Amino acid sequence: MAAASTPLLQVEHLTMRFGGLVAIDDLSFSAARGDITAIIGPNGAGKTTVFNCITGFYKPSSGRMLLSLGDTIGETEIAALTASGTRSKVLPAGSAFLLERMPDYEIAARARVARTFQNIRLFAGMTVLENLVVAQHNALMDASAWTIAGLLGLKRYRDAEAKAVERARLWLDKIGLTERADDPAGDLPYGAQRRLEIARAMCSEPAMLCLDEPAAGLNPRESADLKTFLRSIRAEHGTSILLIEHDMSVVMEISDHVVVLEYGRKISDGPPEEVRNDPKVIAAYLGVEDEEVEKVEAEIAQ
Amino acid sequence: MPVAPAELRSSSARPILAALKEAFGAALLALGLSVPILALRTEQDISNQLVLRPRWDYVAVAVLAAFLGRLLYLAAAAANARRAPRQAAAAWVPPAGLARFVSIAGLIVLLLYPPIALALTGRAGAIKWIDNFGIQIMIYIMLGWGLNIVVGLAGLLDLGYVAFYAVGAYSTALLAQNFHLSFWLCLPLAGILAAFWGILLGFPVLRLRGDYLAIVTLAFGEIIRLVLINWVPVTNGYAGISGIPRPSFFGLPFNASDQGFAAFFGIEFTPLHRLIFLFYVILALALLTNWVTLRLRRLPIGRAWEALREDEIACRSLGINTTNTKLTAFAIGAGFGGFAGSFFAARQGFISPESFTFMESAVVLAIVVLGGMGSQIGVAIAAVAMIGGTEILRELDWLKDIFGPAFDPTQYRMLLFGLAMVVVMIWKPRGLISYRQPSIFLHESKPVRADMVKEGHG
Repeated sequence: MAAASTPLLQVEHLTMRFGGLVAIDDLSFSAARGDITAIIGPNGAGKTTVFNCITGFYKPSSGRMLLSLGDTIGETEIAALTASGTRSKVLPAGSAFLLERMPDYEIAARARVARTFQNIRLFAGMTVLENLVVAQHNALMDASAWTIAGLLGLKRYRDAEAKAVERARLWLDKIGLTERADDPAGDLPYGAQRRLEIARAMCSEPAMLCLDEPAAGLNPRESADLKTFLRSIRAEHGTSILLIEHDMSVVMEISDHVVVLEYGRKISDGPPEEVRNDPKVIAAYLGVEDEEVEKVEAEIAQ
Repeated sequence: MPVAPAELRSSSARPILAALKEAFGAALLALGLSVPILALRTEQDISNQLVLRPRWDYVAVAVLAAFLGRLLYLAAAAANARRAPRQAAAAWVPPAGLARFVSIAGLIVLLLYPPIALALTGRAGAIKWIDNFGIQIMIYIMLGWGLNIVVGLAGLLDLGYVAFYAVGAYSTALLAQNFHLSFWLCLPLAGILAAFWGILLGFPVLRLRGDYLAIVTLAFGEIIRLVLINWVPVTNGYAGISGIPRPSFFGLPFNASDQGFAAFFGIEFTPLHRLIFLFYVILALALLTNWVTLRLRRLPIGRAWEALREDEIACRSLGINTTNTKLTAFAIGAGFGGFAGSFFAARQGFISPESFTFMESAVVLAIVVLGGMGSQIGVAIAAVAMIGGTEILRELDWLKDIFGPAFDPTQYRMLLFGLAMVVVMIWKPRGLISYRQPSIFLHESKPVRADMVKEGHG
């Protein structure tokens, strides 16, 4: 993490309780701009809960989640924003958003965080193209002047719609679904639905793309394609990616930074090679007893 | 149920015997049901005492009908199974040109309806055909199209739609009575007020889905009706409001006076002029509803409604403000209901709470469901069939020659209504027009099969 640049996302002391159950316990991590950050951990570690907090579907019990859309935002400005009680602030260097204060749709619309879901959530009865156009709702809504310009069929709206279709087409070409643009999304095979969901999220032009198990249910070839696709998203669009994944081949190959959770706590944080060799991570994944962890650690120390 | 006959045929060597057995079972069930309901009737005799009159002949008819009906159904199902598989028929989607042809043909028929009715039935008959059939059906088509925005597109199950119809009608009546506004001023105001009430209803039910939403909207409809009944100083309660001004033709009233429509154009006065005019007014209002709906479907707001019906959580993850989206659906749907209500008040000249019972909501919802949720043509066809069908019942006087003078076909309205509903739900569970036309396409517009599309669930 470069000291001069503010990370895209800074999660600090995030805690989420469901009644008596602590799903996330005092979690802090940051995702750097332009990085692919992976969150991994055994089942039930709280990965999806972290996602739901970041994207506003859950209101965290405590903690701060700062998303900054500028290169450098000073500590004092951040502190002032936190103290002010407002949701966000436009600063000369860029905008800063406190995600824990914002409703979900506003996080997507203003803080430009897009997400996909573990169990795919496409608009199944709408066509592939419609799915991609709906994702550009806010831009089109502005162009249609809250429907009035659109109702009158003004040129300004027609141009905006043509542009939206053009962008959708670009993404269709990328995910290889141009031929199926007019088929219902629910008719696509599973792998294509996963790709379409990512393309739909990207159509909203996010600064950060949150992917919840994008490789789940994919065969090895599709998995390899996904890696290339995610790399190209970062390279061509500069979108930072936050990723939950169980497929270690995907995680280790493409991520710049890995955060490991177990029982809602962070147990490791660093570049993939470092995390891979962390005895705590090995223990968490292989499920050894606590005493054995110490033993393993002792062995490694030798 | 269609599975049962096929199983029977494969399991039993003698299909006819099996069918007879099943029909016998149905007859037994009919017997069990009809004994307590039909067999005995309490009547007062000459000395004012309650006596039981047995009606075993009724029971016999019911049992026989069940037996023969089941037998016929099984025979039809067996014949059907021998032919091509049913799936082919279910997945049939009409060619692209057909929908366009049907809508244009329908529009031409509607535009020419008053002159045709006049030519075919003469002046006396045309009053009935234009008023009872034409205008009545058009009101329900408009209500169906209005509700279609809420239920068909946004997927919000609304059982209290009649409330907005009532708001529109009472707004017109009260504005006309207290401020002496003309119909043409009351009409937009009634629409705006109804839309406002749509938003008021929308706010508390934003978080509700499915059955819960349906219950609350139902309650809202009842609240409006009860307020209309009990707030006597304003609404005049059960007695209703009369003397609502009739729509004028650019300031020319439809009466026999020297300033009237007939005198101005130098033609002979007849009440038909007003009816024909009213028909074209409601036709224009309904077409406006249709045009706005079709247009909105192709705009971001309409796509957001449909996306909301498909998956609300995905909508929010894409930055769509679902609160506003739902409220606009409620408001626009309610606004059209208000227009229809305003027209209704001006056409009748008199309104009372009895016109706005839950039954009206149910009929409009039935029209939307039967027509195929989200389909404009389907809703229009369903409205013609349901409202026209019940009006036709009044015409069936010849049935009295068969069933005796006490037989009144209109009494069987609800029975036939229910029967039609059951038949359509078996034959076409997703409504008459059960496919969805995409709002935008890249290469060609392919209709989306109904089994892909989510139903209105709240």
